[in-house]
Amino acid sequence: MNQIPLEHILFVSTALFFIGVYGFFTRKNMIMMLMSVELILNSVNINFITFNKYLFPDKLNGVFFSIFIIVIAAAEAAVAIAIIINLYRSHNSIDVDDTNEMKY
Amino acid sequence: MSIPSVIFYMISAMILICGYLSVTTRKIFRAAIYLLFCLIGIAALFFFLENDFIAAVQIVVYVGGIVVLIIFSIFLTHKSGEEMPMASLKKEVAALAAVVSGFILVFYLIHTNTFIMDSNEKVAPTVNNIGTQMLSTDKFGYVLPFEVVSMLLLAAMIGAIVIAIKVKPKQ
Repeated sequence: MNQIPLEHILFVSTALFFIGVYGFFTRKNMIMMLMSVELILNSVNINFITFNKYLFPDKLNGVFFSIFIIVIAAAEAAVAIAIIINLYRSHNSIDVDDTNEMKY
Repeated sequence: MSIPSVIFYMISAMILICGYLSVTTRKIFRAAIYLLFCLIGIAALFFFLENDFIAAVQIVVYVGGIVVLIIFSIFLTHKSGEEMPMASLKKEVAALAAVVSGFILVFYLIHTNTFIMDSNEKVAPTVNNIGTQMLSTDKFGYVLPFEVVSMLLLAAMIGAIVIAIKVKPKQ
């Protein structure tokens, strides 16, 4: 398994992270922004698992951290979708440009 | 090229292409489906890295939970088939510049850093080892974060119900 260089896996996770950042910057729809955040969190998971496997094979800390990241991502997605549904009820839109009551 | 590396590059291509399409497509339902395939590709990468338990958790939580939740909320808040507006050109160029420069910086750092490979005795990430260490109260046990995260999940569940509940109008 060690014939895959570490850098190639890190290339994939870095590219996925910046794809998520690009989506977060360019989209205005709240669900799309939530999906971009999921991509970012997943790229971090790939990094944790890879470092655990390649650099610290005698420990399991990377596995625990990725389990906790998955749990927190699930909690975050549930609360974010509840907020989005509530926002849609009150504003009839989930565009971030339409929700500017607290901006000024 | 050996067969494992061919499989790895195919999985990587699937992850990156589906992720890119997910943030650039203009139909939001298609974006959710591309996200689904991207997450399946990440689970395949975890299987490839011999972390079976994390891969299974990834499939159960993300593919079975979060993507379904996202698709439900798309159906609740969108007319299906509606196209999203494009971002303005100025914003797109700025985002692209930030992303490309950030990627080059991070990958330069990765490239110049020397990673010290550890050749200690390997601990297999089996369910047995993970469960034993996660629930142990010894020196390297993870029982305190486990309990804290369970409280966080409970709080998030109650919070989501309270936020999304429909308030009845008073008679």
